[in-house]
Amino acid sequence: MTVVNAQSIDEALHALAELPEPRLVAGGTDMMVEVNFGRHKPGDVVSLRQVRELRSWHRNDDGSIFIGSGLPYKVMEEGELAMMFPALAQAARTVGSPQIRAAGTLGGNLGTCSPAGDGLPVLAALDAEVHLRSLSGERRVPFSQFMTGVKKNVARSDELITGVTIPMTVGFQGYAKVGVRNAMVIAIASACFVHDESSNSVRLALGAVAPTIVRCTEAETYLDGVLAKATPITSHELDRFKELAASAARPITDHRSTADYRRHAVTILAKRFAERAFNVV
Amino acid sequence: MSSEHYALKVNGARHEVRDSWIGESLLYVLRERLGFYGTKGACEQGECGSCTVLMDGEAVCSCLVLAATAQGAEIVTVEGLAPEGELNDVQRAFVDKGAVQCGFCTPGLIVAITHLLDNDPQPSESKIKESISGNICRCTGYGRIFDAVQQAIEVRGVNR
Repeated sequence: MTVVNAQSIDEALHALAELPEPRLVAGGTDMMVEVNFGRHKPGDVVSLRQVRELRSWHRNDDGSIFIGSGLPYKVMEEGELAMMFPALAQAARTVGSPQIRAAGTLGGNLGTCSPAGDGLPVLAALDAEVHLRSLSGERRVPFSQFMTGVKKNVARSDELITGVTIPMTVGFQGYAKVGVRNAMVIAIASACFVHDESSNSVRLALGAVAPTIVRCTEAETYLDGVLAKATPITSHELDRFKELAASAARPITDHRSTADYRRHAVTILAKRFAERAFNVV
Repeated sequence: MSSEHYALKVNGARHEVRDSWIGESLLYVLRERLGFYGTKGACEQGECGSCTVLMDGEAVCSCLVLAATAQGAEIVTVEGLAPEGELNDVQRAFVDKGAVQCGFCTPGLIVAITHLLDNDPQPSESKIKESISGNICRCTGYGRIFDAVQQAIEVRGVNR
């Protein structure tokens, strides 16, 4: 086993291309649990901790926001990013403890690609694109095509996740998750809801209830139709919305929850978001 | 830069780490290689906070840091919060308020609370609770720990 403390993206990419068994590590909060419990003996670790270029964010010319993969969650909890993306701030705040949020990153969430990763439903609902860079160039993959299964994504072994681009939206957005307590919990079910006022359409993404993050396209289309009527949402319409949302889930029963409870939790989350965002009669 | 022999900067001094497995956590290296036994190890998965140290000014779980990646970082353990033989205001407050039972969680709590007050000398109650939400104490009901935080806040207010 070797450890490379990369100082730049370029150095990390060369290490990825040249080492026999490279494993990227950002905050370390996922990998070290596996290492401490002897579940994983990394071959060659390429640490991104000291790559300053990854630990920043900026506004693109088209108004969208680029968030570097090495930016810790702590930075998303308050300040300018939190103002622009309240759902991201809410998700960031539910990640582990302050100690975990000072270390953990969006890049790590994307690299691990757990269905319960708190940042991922937000990236799905905000239509984020993932930037993947290798020595042969950079490509951008919509999040909807990035995650392919439990802890699986389309990144090649020579590619580094450099960050995400998130388009700006105006309107209500929120993230919520269900767990056994308020702090320090891995989601039993999570959801991110976004209302895009410019098109008067909604997006709902679910975490921890399927092998990947899922978008509730049927529920979204249904609620868009209701919104187009420009009348308050009725309780009947709300019920239909939450049932359609739950139908997008493909949950399993495990040590954290049952599939039935997860499906039920999705209905509650979907209903609450619609009630928070809109006038419901 | 990949080597099994590296140096860490702990409490302002450089320490050589030799003959260690390169996959060791910062917690393990601090305790077993460098003798900083103040930092405690319990869950080793970031749930309990007993291994909290400061790394480049951030409170982190040392069990979740690969030690070899901490080269170049400024690491402060509970031993480094006050000069040798002295207590900082948070440590003093824990003693005065009896905020210690078995004491295992105490170093992690003291590092986390010192970090909080260094960044926000007048934190709200909810901010105090959130700042130690990752530090588990299984003896107390946290009441005396909160009393100790209040004392430290008052002492800092007076001394400002």
